[in-house]
Amino acid sequence: MSQDAPGAAERVTGAQSLIRSLEAAGAETIFGIPGGAILPAYDPLYDSSIRHILVRHEQGAGHAAQGYAAASGRVGVCMATSGPGATNLVTPIADAHMDSVPMVAVTGQVGESMIGTDAFQEADIRGITMPITKHNYLVTDPDQIPRVVAEAFYLASTGRPGPVLVDVAKSALQAQTTFAWPTQLHLPGYRPVTKPHAKQIREAAKLITGSRKPVLYVGGGVIRSGASRELRVLAEKTGMPVVTTLMARGAFPDSHPQNLGMPGMHGTVAAVAALQKSDLIISLGARFDDRVTGNLDSFAPNAKVVHADIDPAEIGKNRRADVPIVGDAREVIADLIVALQALEDHGDTGDFEAWVGFLAGVKQRYPLGYDTPAEGLAPQYVIERLGAIAGPEAVYASGVGQHQMWASHFITYENPRTWINSGGAGTMGFGVPAAMGAKVACPDTTVWAIDGDGCFQMTNQELATCTLEGIPIKVAVINNESLGMVRQWQTLFYEGRYSNTDLQSKRIPDFVKLADAYGAVGLSCETPEQVDATIEKAMEIDDVPVVVDFRVHRDAMVWPMVAAGTSNDDIKYARDLAPDFDEDDL
Amino acid sequence: MAESHTLSVLVEDKPGVLARIAGLFSRRGYNITSLAVGPTEHPEISRMTIRVEVEDSPLEQVTKQLNKLVEVIKIVELEPREAVERELLLVKVRADTATRGQVLDAVQLFRAKVVDVAVDAITIEVTGNHDKLQDFLRVVETFGIRELVQSGMVAVGRGSRSITERTLRPAPIALAD
Repeated sequence: MSQDAPGAAERVTGAQSLIRSLEAAGAETIFGIPGGAILPAYDPLYDSSIRHILVRHEQGAGHAAQGYAAASGRVGVCMATSGPGATNLVTPIADAHMDSVPMVAVTGQVGESMIGTDAFQEADIRGITMPITKHNYLVTDPDQIPRVVAEAFYLASTGRPGPVLVDVAKSALQAQTTFAWPTQLHLPGYRPVTKPHAKQIREAAKLITGSRKPVLYVGGGVIRSGASRELRVLAEKTGMPVVTTLMARGAFPDSHPQNLGMPGMHGTVAAVAALQKSDLIISLGARFDDRVTGNLDSFAPNAKVVHADIDPAEIGKNRRADVPIVGDAREVIADLIVALQALEDHGDTGDFEAWVGFLAGVKQRYPLGYDTPAEGLAPQYVIERLGAIAGPEAVYASGVGQHQMWASHFITYENPRTWINSGGAGTMGFGVPAAMGAKVACPDTTVWAIDGDGCFQMTNQELATCTLEGIPIKVAVINNESLGMVRQWQTLFYEGRYSNTDLQSKRIPDFVKLADAYGAVGLSCETPEQVDATIEKAMEIDDVPVVVDFRVHRDAMVWPMVAAGTSNDDIKYARDLAPDFDEDDL
Repeated sequence: MAESHTLSVLVEDKPGVLARIAGLFSRRGYNITSLAVGPTEHPEISRMTIRVEVEDSPLEQVTKQLNKLVEVIKIVELEPREAVERELLLVKVRADTATRGQVLDAVQLFRAKVVDVAVDAITIEVTGNHDKLQDFLRVVETFGIRELVQSGMVAVGRGSRSITERTLRPAPIALAD
């Protein structure tokens, strides 16, 4: 924080004002790379209390800021120069936008007189990021820097969180200005509603007690709002079954008997059945994404919907809501508990016994499982053992693809903010830099990146950052020498024509040598017998990063699966095996 | 069936706000048929009148998405019966000595205005709602239109109420120390 009394102005350069503003906003860590246009800011940053972590690629800076934010709940900050530096941030910004990650991206821009002239390293990053930011700024007047930074952090972290970009012209960084941290913000068009409407809450409570087959459909909003404790009270008070989406894994303990796991395209049969057969969906911070609903017209045909979200635009976007509730998930759940208690005091409680029994039967008949291959290593086994050995206190960040789905299923998540992944955007290469950011946010926690061999090759350059900056993450490369998820689709939908999915990554590169080259420890594991010992060895190393090349068999597939665009009723438990949802016992 | 809706959007007068709004319409697949932007009685607030063709349920979605834009302060849908709608048309019509009289008759009938006269053409200014302007064009078309330029529609609700009334300077947000 500034030493000066708030409001007191002091002569500084724009660059100094920017760094002072970031300090005042509470930034402790910035992931970034300097370059020409942002260079003035790096000079005062040199003396700042803020830790700057020099990454190897701006995409790494962006995903690291996301991992930092997702693990800690604080605003993640990344910094880059103009032009290519800024455009390299586009993917993480889009990713943060899709997954509602609080993030501030600061970019340098060419000097004001050069803007619009196609100057060297000029890109209209504000224009480029308009559709993928919550809000963005181009600052050419140095006097505006403190206000803009204060607004950026406020916007990123309140309401529905999201990325905010602050593009600062080099001329503004070099000019003289005054620094005074604002004491108030004027954002007349920004008033997020966090407190739900009491009438809507009462309506929702009545629908709950009147329903026979309700389900709590829990999304990432519950994690972002820190509502896990309240959710548990609500779930236990009512006995309603819970499904946790890919973004919400850890929001409700996996060990809890009411948790049916993840719904959706690769959801558990029980979670898919719970939504599909329900008569009331209580959606909390979820958005009826196509990967959850499958074909919308046949999704949960008999369900009424209570849709609670902090973003009014999500409500009714994909599925009509019978009771819309705008509010913060934590406040919504807390108020629902009170409303349900009031009904209970009048003897009005729901009776969900038959429904809970039916779903317990489905869960028992169709548990998560996998085939153990006659030869080689099952990727699911590796991930299952990793979760068991590293335990529920560790943080797991993943890339995108088969390993992501297996990591979502086969690790038992007990705590929020322990599962970090790219859900909406599906960004391959997210894992390693996100794990790096999470480890910076939680230095005393074990952080595993569970990555595929394809993903790992997109962003593994950040291992250099991890080694040099003392960020000892652990990386499990689930190496099936393929773009596994694409290969799975080729197996199922393209007659096994494996066009361009063979990465040959058991040959090239040598991941153990690669780890070694980066100053990390490289380990390799090829048989089930070696799995535990290898993971334990990796767990013992905590001064440098560790990369384990788990050389798994390549034909494992992710099950269950609902083929894209089809109905959730057509879920396959395994290839050519449809579960039988008989409802005779309901 | 897609219907035409008129939205009055109050926005902060900041650089880039038009690009934000236009971009939002295009990327969510909505078609703007008319757009007018101008100042209001408050110097820091601009008003956009946007005519968009959508069904009711996507209209709700577009309104909600617009509301998410930080610089959008307020959105009001104006019902055509309860609003005054105006467009401005400038049209250069062929008119020589033989036809000038007939063109001037049309100008009078539509309470339009001649703003420039040349040897073989007259430039006419017409204001009115969309239908009136279309009707006028149909009449002068027969003489030959040399050039035509038309503004987007502006609209204001009837009666004494003002949509900016309660928008005036909401309390600032205090920053926690």
